[in-house]
Amino acid sequence: MNPSPELTTPSRFSVGELLGKLGPLIGLVFVMALFSIMAPVSFPTLSNFELILRQTAVVGTAALGMTLIIIAGGIDLSVGSAIALVTVCIGLLLPHKIQDLATGKEIITAGTLPVLAALGGILVGPLCGAITGTLVTRLNLLPFVITLGMFGALRGTAKGLASNTMVYPVDTWLNGLLRPIREDCLWLLTPGAWMMIVLAIVVAAMLRYTRFGRHIFAIGSNEQTTRLCGINIERTKLGIYMLASLFFGLAGLLQFSYLTMGDPTTALGMELDIIAAVVIGGASLSGGQGSVLGTLIGALIMSMVANGCTRMGWPNWVQEIVTGCIIILAVTLDRLRQRRLS
Amino acid sequence: MVSDRVPTQQGGYRLRMEGIHKRFGATIALAGVDLSVRGGEVLALVGENGAGKSTLMKVLSGAHPADEGRMWLDDKPYQPRNPLDARRAGVGMIYQELSLALHLSVMENILLGMEPTHGPWMDWAAIRRRAADAMAQLDRPDIPLDIPVMRLSVAEQQMVEIARSVAVGCRVLVLDEPTSSLTRKDIVHLFNLVRRLRSQGHAIVYISHFLEEVREISDRFTVLRDGQSVGGGITADVPTERIIAMMVGRTVDELYPRSPRTPGEVLLEIDGLSGPGKPRSASLTLRRGEVLGIAGLVGAGRTELLRTIFGLSQVRGGKIRVGAFTGPATPHRRWQQGVGIVSEDRKQEGLAVSLTITDNLTLSCLPRWLTPSGQDRRSVRWIDRLAIKCRGPRQTVVDLSGGNQQKVAVARLLHHDVDVLLLDEPTRGIDVGSKAQIYQVIDELACRGKAVLMVSSYLPELMGVCDRVAVMCRGVLSPTRLVSQIDERQIMAEATGSGDTP
Repeated sequence: MNPSPELTTPSRFSVGELLGKLGPLIGLVFVMALFSIMAPVSFPTLSNFELILRQTAVVGTAALGMTLIIIAGGIDLSVGSAIALVTVCIGLLLPHKIQDLATGKEIITAGTLPVLAALGGILVGPLCGAITGTLVTRLNLLPFVITLGMFGALRGTAKGLASNTMVYPVDTWLNGLLRPIREDCLWLLTPGAWMMIVLAIVVAAMLRYTRFGRHIFAIGSNEQTTRLCGINIERTKLGIYMLASLFFGLAGLLQFSYLTMGDPTTALGMELDIIAAVVIGGASLSGGQGSVLGTLIGALIMSMVANGCTRMGWPNWVQEIVTGCIIILAVTLDRLRQRRLS
Repeated sequence: MVSDRVPTQQGGYRLRMEGIHKRFGATIALAGVDLSVRGGEVLALVGENGAGKSTLMKVLSGAHPADEGRMWLDDKPYQPRNPLDARRAGVGMIYQELSLALHLSVMENILLGMEPTHGPWMDWAAIRRRAADAMAQLDRPDIPLDIPVMRLSVAEQQMVEIARSVAVGCRVLVLDEPTSSLTRKDIVHLFNLVRRLRSQGHAIVYISHFLEEVREISDRFTVLRDGQSVGGGITADVPTERIIAMMVGRTVDELYPRSPRTPGEVLLEIDGLSGPGKPRSASLTLRRGEVLGIAGLVGAGRTELLRTIFGLSQVRGGKIRVGAFTGPATPHRRWQQGVGIVSEDRKQEGLAVSLTITDNLTLSCLPRWLTPSGQDRRSVRWIDRLAIKCRGPRQTVVDLSGGNQQKVAVARLLHHDVDVLLLDEPTRGIDVGSKAQIYQVIDELACRGKAVLMVSSYLPELMGVCDRVAVMCRGVLSPTRLVSQIDERQIMAEATGSGDTP
């Protein structure tokens, strides 16, 4: 009475589905074309594209983690604060300059090897994630509220640890993560850009080919069903927040490399850029939807707009308005598409 | 067809409904309903779940327009376009789920939408006076008018809602299952109030499953079955069994396959099980190769029993054993022990409707590493086996018909290869073809030595599919009996609390 499903499948993708998958990519191409026409000399060059990729690395890496959280139906507003805390911790672990209280002279403290400092800083991420995850699952409150609290608490911790000032460490190879591998071969990119690309592939594979990845989608799509199917929601959510915060830790390392110092006031407001990148990439804030490729494209669109506006010589405020409009446009288009599908 | 119609008496009725028809798409919800009630009278509206009581009341309250039929209020044609229209005309509805603004005060709730004002300013004195009048009419001046409604008990909140209808001068008051969440003591208070309103000349329509309550409170009754009014009469003149016969009296024309089954070892045993509210006490044993049905009314605690067994609600008392495992367990453990559940709420809980068929079907037992195409191959097996109509395993569940969605929910248990299947209303709201397929699957599973515990509100289905049945009434489960030793009337009598429950 029912032919086998393969036979009744008319086509693998409908046009709407295809558009939905390609939507962010079309947006990226459009933005790229637009600025290439408006600034044909300075915008479409290898060195500029390399620069855009470099400028994307911090937000893009953190957005990978945020993608996991948003697919699972959560949100994390404390990313910017976590990144600042990580830069401070790395700075403090490295040999850094302090003022000697007795003599008033600047001295260099003892510190660990750069690799250990980086590791220590990165691990601050999952530590914060463990706290957030535990609070979200134990108190059963909205992640928005919990992470709004963490937003303040982590920023405060960073300021306290750094005694409310910058931490100036000695120059190490950690500062070179966002510099081209060879100045004469720009296409070799920077270590930070490579890190983002490799991590993106790992996360995409994790979401697609592992049980944990499928559980993330299931929780975001319908938590009740997921509970009914015997999945330990609390443990999975804790895992999601910790893993995501590992990416925040790595983003913090890149930010440190960019600043070459620990700054407790850095990345203020970056959480919104990160969330925007995920949303422009097609993720739904109500969960169950999102992709790594989309997120990366979203992050690229954001930095391309920033870069393009600079090339055009537009002031900062124009750039902010443009970015805001793109976010609203992306979400509106997404909603329209959803409505047509259903 | 039973025809205990009340002799129609022209005039004198507060509310008359005649020949009401209503269809939703292909589903016929109401197919000719007549109902009438006088002022100073309590009319009970009875019928099984899905008989059309709620739809009829939605027509009365203006939430759904009728496709055919006419209504009169005090002999004037009555055609509400929306609920506000109905309320202005004097038809007050008290639903099971109360509709109060929990943060507002009692008096604000009573006059919500009709607040007396001086220009833009609230006339607090008038609000207080009118709210106090309404409460006095209900004989409940003890309920404070100033506190937020959320600080009141459920019974008191119900009073506020009734007061709201009284305050706007309602002529017809409809109470839909008003006692389902009340304690015995509150029910007595409510009945006193209903009698009081009746003596003040209100016409009251009282909807209930509980025939004992119907007997206690109503003057007349009307029975709905399959969207038609099939009978009625003066409550005091008609024995309860006769009312039950009117509610149940339909022919069993579906085919229930039943192959010879041999009960094996005990797979599930519960003894005196109780949960946070319901169940209060439930005992049963379920063997391999057996289908055990749980009958009862909506809200009796049948769903809660399955959820307690499965670890979705807390166990408060009693013993529970699944195979070799004793004691309560989480859903995660239950799946590992070979127990699976199909939720009664397919859209909210049973399925993640925005995910694909494959995602839903395999969610409970994903391997640690997987490939999407490998998972699809696994789910195609079940799509073929259950004849799920779809474009393919990647189609999202939301696009499927109700019957096919339910088959996905059942297929999840088959894919997991569980031994004990807990099925909560497995055929609710689905087409006959899908129903027959689900019955077929249940029979095959029992023959292969699986054990099925099934909750259903549709008695012919329970009688046709199950080997044994038990009846749940107000959280207490009766002993199980072979289907050959019990009939639908007995079940209905026990479910409505009017039988001699042991």
